[in-house]
Amino acid sequence: MPELDKKSWRNDAYAKVTGRAKFTDDLKFANVLHAAPAYTDFVHARIISIDTSLAENLPGVIKVLTARDVPGTNRFGQIIRDFRIFADDKIRYHGDVVAVVVAETREIAIRAAQLLKVNAEPLTAVLDPEAAMLPDAPLVHENHGTNIVNTHVVRRGDVEAGFRQADFVIEEKFQTQTVEHAYMETEAAVCVPRSTDGVIEVYGSMQHPFSTRRFVAACLGVALSEVEVIGTPMGGGFGGKDDTAAIVCARTALAAKLLNRPVKMVYRRDWSMRESYKRHPYRVHYKMGVTKAGRITVVQCKIIADGGAYCSVTPWVTWRSTVQCCGPYVVENVHCDTFGVYTNNVVAGAMRGFGSPQMNFVIEQMVEIAAQRAGISGVEFRRRNMVRQGSVTITGQKLDGHKVAMEQALDTVLREMDYEKKLAKCAHGIGDDELYGIGLAMSYRGVSLGAEGVDFCAAIINAQADGSIFVEVGVHENGQGAESAMLLLLAEELGVDLNRIRYRRSSTSNIPDSGTTVASRGTIMGGGAVTLAARELKKKIAGAFCEKLGCAAEEVRFKDNFICGRSDTDRIAFGDAMRQMWQMQQFPFALGTFKAPRVTWDEHTGQGDAYFTWVYGCQAVELTVNKKSGRVKLLNAVAAHDVGRAVNPEMVRGQIYGGMAMSTGYGLHEEVKAPEGKMTTLNLNTYRIPRSMDLPEMKAIIIENPDPVSPTGAKSIGEPANEILAPAIANAIFNATGRRHFSLPIHLGALPEPTTCGEGCK
Amino acid sequence: MKLFVNGKEIEVPAAAMEKRIVEFLREDLDLTGAKNACDVGACGACTILVNDEPIRICIKRVKDFAGQRILTIEGLAAPDGTLHPLQQAFVDCGAIQCGYCTPGMVLTAHAFLLNNPRPTREQIRNAIFKNLCRCTGYQQIIDAIEKAAPHYQRGERGLQAASTPGKPASRHTSKGVNLAKAEAG
Repeated sequence: MPELDKKSWRNDAYAKVTGRAKFTDDLKFANVLHAAPAYTDFVHARIISIDTSLAENLPGVIKVLTARDVPGTNRFGQIIRDFRIFADDKIRYHGDVVAVVVAETREIAIRAAQLLKVNAEPLTAVLDPEAAMLPDAPLVHENHGTNIVNTHVVRRGDVEAGFRQADFVIEEKFQTQTVEHAYMETEAAVCVPRSTDGVIEVYGSMQHPFSTRRFVAACLGVALSEVEVIGTPMGGGFGGKDDTAAIVCARTALAAKLLNRPVKMVYRRDWSMRESYKRHPYRVHYKMGVTKAGRITVVQCKIIADGGAYCSVTPWVTWRSTVQCCGPYVVENVHCDTFGVYTNNVVAGAMRGFGSPQMNFVIEQMVEIAAQRAGISGVEFRRRNMVRQGSVTITGQKLDGHKVAMEQALDTVLREMDYEKKLAKCAHGIGDDELYGIGLAMSYRGVSLGAEGVDFCAAIINAQADGSIFVEVGVHENGQGAESAMLLLLAEELGVDLNRIRYRRSSTSNIPDSGTTVASRGTIMGGGAVTLAARELKKKIAGAFCEKLGCAAEEVRFKDNFICGRSDTDRIAFGDAMRQMWQMQQFPFALGTFKAPRVTWDEHTGQGDAYFTWVYGCQAVELTVNKKSGRVKLLNAVAAHDVGRAVNPEMVRGQIYGGMAMSTGYGLHEEVKAPEGKMTTLNLNTYRIPRSMDLPEMKAIIIENPDPVSPTGAKSIGEPANEILAPAIANAIFNATGRRHFSLPIHLGALPEPTTCGEGCK
Repeated sequence: MKLFVNGKEIEVPAAAMEKRIVEFLREDLDLTGAKNACDVGACGACTILVNDEPIRICIKRVKDFAGQRILTIEGLAAPDGTLHPLQQAFVDCGAIQCGYCTPGMVLTAHAFLLNNPRPTREQIRNAIFKNLCRCTGYQQIIDAIEKAAPHYQRGERGLQAASTPGKPASRHTSKGVNLAKAEAG
């Protein structure tokens, strides 16, 4: 076996680059049936009746499933149980599914789904989140009593005093759009009833096998042990393969259970776009008080997030927005009111960034506007206000348990970009056809779930009698390389070659429920669990062999595939040791549990130690704007992120590049359009994600400050990489054109000639 | 009617002529590397090479390919499983994340390098324009294609992978690519 390149190593690379990796739609089972969802053309309506007879009479159709067929609960959710597996009382958005048709072929299922007749009484649709908050607005969920899903606040200091201390106040309104994850693989499931014990096996494209299992078990009305979700390669998630993916699995599992045959349902792109949850569109009203010396004295803001038709994780998304509502800046006086709101728009839920991309678009422009008013550079303004070692955040958390690397990230980008020199060259709207601009943005980000939820993770190591090793971890391979990171960490900790270790195909029936692989928690939580399990295993091995090695158990070392005593010559080969342990009736087996350190939160004041650690990042971009067409061309982009420790450096860079690319789409191209609540951007030809030619050459710089609270020193990168390029682009466009953009995506038409004669001179 | 897929002659049953070629490859031949991700020819995940040209096949029928020479991702590595230098470069450069776009991306790049073994980075960027990737930002994919280019410049043996058995196409020989018969299995 050739030397493995640990800088870019992945356990699944060979399978993926040869086309051998079997994604859900690639799996084949004998006697399989195919399923397709049925939608209606209503946006908001009360269901009177559903006539399935025409569909059922189509030759080849086996069954049409509706809410009536659900033996368990039809209503489920991670926070509020308002998601319908099948719409039962009302249609609440254009993507609501009323039935699933099961047929001998996919084509027949699709044809039959169009034959469904739904009789419903149309209701007034509420599509504007602010209108939805008014007392007389039509209710999306009558039993909730209001369209306000949730509120969060931050109450810190004395806001009135803060405004008195300010020399000037900046007040702006911002708006962000609905965007789609656009994972390359759509939602998909194959469910197989196991003849031996009746367990339903679920193979699917999802990033939360345990949540999927809960959805499936609840829908079927069975115990968790009667559903087994088996790890299957997944074609991208970006936060988007949680609720909707779980519901697709639940419907498929229901068909498999009722018909006692394998059933496959693979979403067509237009179904995926129409039904799956999106990133929340935000409206933010932001007021910032600033002194002449360029210090922020106060922030007052109101955040409204359109959560669409169902709750999904809106309370958690908006919580992060609230905690991070002032960006990486120290502000003594803060008053923030955040609202998650039901509307009849497409459901909004988790998407990479999780409430931060929206807020950073606001904050990172506000600081530039404030800097300009104060007559200092945006960089200097940031330096005067940014968090440093020992700073206290707006929720009262002292940042002292880890290295606060905000300025390090900023300086790294400034140096790499030669930023301040290039800043002087910006066109500010004056010049030839191509106007040049450079801009940056930075952020800090709480790692993992924080006070949102229970946060712990398991890893199981099971060494075999020949020295080969299985490992399984409660985090999911979303395509980001999670399994590889776990294997690299384990090989290092045990001092063995990578090719000894195999990642066991994951199963919810084997590894304990360790939560969802979201919140940039895979490496820190999963890696922490692997490392703790490895240390547990080493303790067992050391106990078994210390006498033979003539040293104390604490002195036993693990290196180069050997278990060594005090000297390198006192050693036992790892494989021999495993065989001997078997003979000693000892299992070289360990379970590791990494529990996130304690966090605190007071919902009434919005104060507490919100996250157990933080990461810091900065990104900058150079671009030109064509004066006639308004076309933006990105020339160059640089990112620097403190990741704690880079376990797999090429994969870390891949996260950064991919995050910047996605953020470019957010800034310039992407927008889900749904006039009157009916989506028109239903495929990748109308919903425009960045292509290679839309992107510049990028540079990703990894900063490593190992974090003491992380057993591996590693922290996070998935989301931090995806939350600041859009505001950097907005700032660069301002520096190029002299014009600010307060809504996303940024649309630039032809630019007017700069004038000095004010309004109406044309 | 016949197809030549990864160096093998395939006799197509009459009943399959109207099938979408992507389904024929995936279901009838179990070549699942080509993915259905949009069904409208927008994303490139279904790209295969037809007579060395990258074609997005999700909207095409089997009968459109009568007598044509098809290379799918399964036919690119050597019969013993050794990765093609382009595939190896994708692995080495960290160009693979979720892997869903990878087969189409690799084949598009392969066709491009056969025609243009000394590309600039900008030309590479342009060449993969029709293949969407949501994970990587394309940076390491471009790195990988750039890294593989010298193998094409040298015209290494086995580089072209599958072709019609005994009938190597002649169009690339003038550009220094040695066309070996690498029968894919």
